[in-house]
Amino acid sequence: MLNENYLLLIPLLPLAGFVLLGLFGKKYLKNASGMIGTLLLLASALLALYVAYGYFFEFGKVDRVYQKMIGFQFTWLQFNNGVSIDMGALVDPISVMMLVVITFVSLMVHIYSLGYMKGEERFATYYSFLGLFTFSMLGLVMSSNIFQIYIFWELVGISSFLLIGFYYEKPSAVAACKKAFIVTRFADLGFLIGILILSFYSGTLDFNTLIQRLTSPDSAQFQNAITSSFLGISALTWGMVLVFMGGAGKSAMLPFHIWLPDAMEGPTPVSALIHAATMVVAGVYLIARLFPVFALSAPDALHLVAYVGAITAFFAAVIACTQTDIKRVLAFSTISQIGYMMFALGVAKYGSEAALGYTASMFHLFTHAMFKALLFLGAGSVIHFIHSNEMKDMGGLRKYLPVTHITFLIACLAISGIPPFSGFFSKEEILLAASQNNQFIFWIGLITSGLTAFYMFRLYFSIFWNKATPSLPDKSHGEGGFVMNLPLILLAIGAALAGFIPFGNFVSASGKPVEPGFHWQFSFLPVLLALTGILIAMRMYKKENLLPDKIASSFGGFYKAAYHKFYFDELYLFITKKIIFNLIGKPATWFDRNIVNGLVNATGNTTATVSAKIKGIQSGKVQQYGLYFLVATIAMAVLFIYWWK
Amino acid sequence: MEGSTIIFYLLAALTLISAILAVSTRQIFRAAIFLLFSLIGIAGLYFWMQYQFIAAVQIVVYVGGITVLIIFSIFLTQQAGEKMPKQKIGRQIFSVLAVFCGFALVMLQVSQYNFSSIAAIPVAPSVENIGSGMVGINEGGFALPFEVVSMLLLAALIGCIVIAMRSPEEPVNKQKEEILIEAEIDVIV
Amino acid sequence: MLQPGLNHILFISTALFFIGVYGFFTRRNLVTILMSVELVLNSVNLNFIAFNKYVWAGKLDGLFFTIFVIAIAAAEAAVAIAIIINLYRSHHSIDVNKAEEMKF
Repeated sequence: MLNENYLLLIPLLPLAGFVLLGLFGKKYLKNASGMIGTLLLLASALLALYVAYGYFFEFGKVDRVYQKMIGFQFTWLQFNNGVSIDMGALVDPISVMMLVVITFVSLMVHIYSLGYMKGEERFATYYSFLGLFTFSMLGLVMSSNIFQIYIFWELVGISSFLLIGFYYEKPSAVAACKKAFIVTRFADLGFLIGILILSFYSGTLDFNTLIQRLTSPDSAQFQNAITSSFLGISALTWGMVLVFMGGAGKSAMLPFHIWLPDAMEGPTPVSALIHAATMVVAGVYLIARLFPVFALSAPDALHLVAYVGAITAFFAAVIACTQTDIKRVLAFSTISQIGYMMFALGVAKYGSEAALGYTASMFHLFTHAMFKALLFLGAGSVIHFIHSNEMKDMGGLRKYLPVTHITFLIACLAISGIPPFSGFFSKEEILLAASQNNQFIFWIGLITSGLTAFYMFRLYFSIFWNKATPSLPDKSHGEGGFVMNLPLILLAIGAALAGFIPFGNFVSASGKPVEPGFHWQFSFLPVLLALTGILIAMRMYKKENLLPDKIASSFGGFYKAAYHKFYFDELYLFITKKIIFNLIGKPATWFDRNIVNGLVNATGNTTATVSAKIKGIQSGKVQQYGLYFLVATIAMAVLFIYWWK
Repeated sequence: MEGSTIIFYLLAALTLISAILAVSTRQIFRAAIFLLFSLIGIAGLYFWMQYQFIAAVQIVVYVGGITVLIIFSIFLTQQAGEKMPKQKIGRQIFSVLAVFCGFALVMLQVSQYNFSSIAAIPVAPSVENIGSGMVGINEGGFALPFEVVSMLLLAALIGCIVIAMRSPEEPVNKQKEEILIEAEIDVIV
Repeated sequence: MLQPGLNHILFISTALFFIGVYGFFTRRNLVTILMSVELVLNSVNLNFIAFNKYVWAGKLDGLFFTIFVIAIAAAEAAVAIAIIINLYRSHHSIDVNKAEEMKF
């Protein structure tokens, strides 16, 4: 049976870590804080595995359908029309899967940081922020109420802000964390409006009730939401599009993707945890959570999701081919892969066979967390060794970093979709789902997977092969120790073997198992494309040569545009500075300073001037007082005698 | 035209003209003397109304006491001979206007009202009646106000002394300083 | 001319009152202000006696009031002289325009 206490302890243990290390870490627990954080998270991970085992194998299934259960609920804020903000824990296949992913990856990052962040002065603060983030993310996936998910959404945003700006003395880090927060906050405005629309039409904030009311065609709320429309689009579609806007912001979809490359200013383990495996998939998770409403009641919104996801995947892959900072390459790779997850959800339909996209998306989320975290941690090891992020400073490192080399290779093979690694299975399912429902998106996905293989192996060869004798820094200390290699090995095992999990039996849109139906003929084309990409990269980058530069100059302007990320940042800067600041901000400031402030000042000045004029009446001369007294008395006497009847 | 009428008008003229001169003359001693004449005029009016006791009290207290006190104070502040400065012309005009309005208002009301005499046996203001009334404690007796006024006079007396007295250290110190200065001058000389 | 009656005496007393008030407003010397106040008090006395004679002939209340007013006016004049002397000591002048410390 579901044990409520264990379920609640899973997020509360990292929260306890945050509070404890935040309050006492700096002074008292400096060196022990890493161990304390890691141990708390180890307990949380074991509890998550226990709950997952129990759910998937023991009590979750009723009549071969996985049930959505409420583990815990209490009413926090009750509005008087029946709507209430509850705090609850929802247990269903995707939330349990996410619990396992988040705690496992977070545990790996905790262990890795014991080595990577050693000697950092704000060591305890770092671990307390990691605890806050883990708590927020776990709360987000366990939310049973749409407003609760919004609360945890914002908490995750705050944790990301704190962690990106961890090295706050660097102005670039400060700018990056502000950018991340502002862009996601702007997208969250859409999310909030979407929440309001949905709760208005369905009369509730609880997920289960909301989904049930808005998807059954004969419920009054559904009729109401479908018929009321604004600018020709039904209110329900608007609500779902706005909710997707929030998800797009957090998951760095076009056009909100600008914050994720800059977020690489944070420490590399943070990038591994937040910007690869967990926070950026929150948007995908939100769409998956509301998938029945999308699929059954607002199919237009679902089309939007699919196209945005596909276009983002393609564009990010193109940009990633030109970047030279290894973390930026991985950031764009993340954007591209999340685009895959989005369009997989976008092409799915609700119902047992056609819901393959949903299962594929969740499966890719699971495997992507493993190999992307592995890629980032491996990049962290390289950066730790070379003390630089740029590809031109690296090359030929395979002899010096053996463990990193092998695990990085496994991760690159996984992300390129080479069998038998996990990425092959999850990507195949996505491409299969796309080919069954939307040919255009299928072809985009196919081309992008070729590009993915190319740029990932460009990265791999540039770091570990390329130069015959690498240029090492003066004080090189060898590969990181056991604490840095252990997470790499564990994640590599996951990346290699996770593909063999029969995911469709556990996670699907309707709770019933989904068979992917494996077609060997189908996989032939994508694998061939991936191998082609790998061979091209090998030809260009394995040995040092001039071929990359010649090809880059032959593309000319297109290459330059891709290198500058298609000038999206410049465009946004132009809009905010020239248009918003000058046309709206400056007049508003002038109005506030001169008219509003001026009015207050004028009141004060007038009072002072009038009082200066009047104060002469109190002159201190008794005769004057007597004179006024007499005149007033005569006036009052006249008034009373002649006028008052 | 009876004699009492003529006398009345003469007395009225004396009073009013002296009063006007008292408030407008620029030499302070002359103002005090005009005040004196005005008070004597009022005493004369009391005599004309056959209230001899009050007339006598007026002359003794006002003319003989208060006016002399005022003349003493003029001398004490050493301003007997000089001409006094005038008030600002604006103040003067405004005061004349205000006073004139007040006067007109009151006279208007007085002339419109018909004062009729209350019918009763007239009591003559002789000294016996005044005396028995002053210390009488029956209905119509003024013993209590009499005692209160005497207390007031005592308080005024003590108050004057307290207000006008120099603080005790000053005269002694001043005397000592004077002795020291004289000694120094003797030495130098 | 007709027999002088109450109205004539009231005329005189009102005129005296307002002459005294004018003097109070216009004079710059404290002693002359005191003199003007004495004129006002005298006008009041005249008023009381006149009413006592022409309207309330059966009682002597007006007369007694006048006696008390005279007594109190004397006490008040004495106290006023004491104050004037004190003021002269501190300001060395009895110009009333110079004693304006109680202003704003």
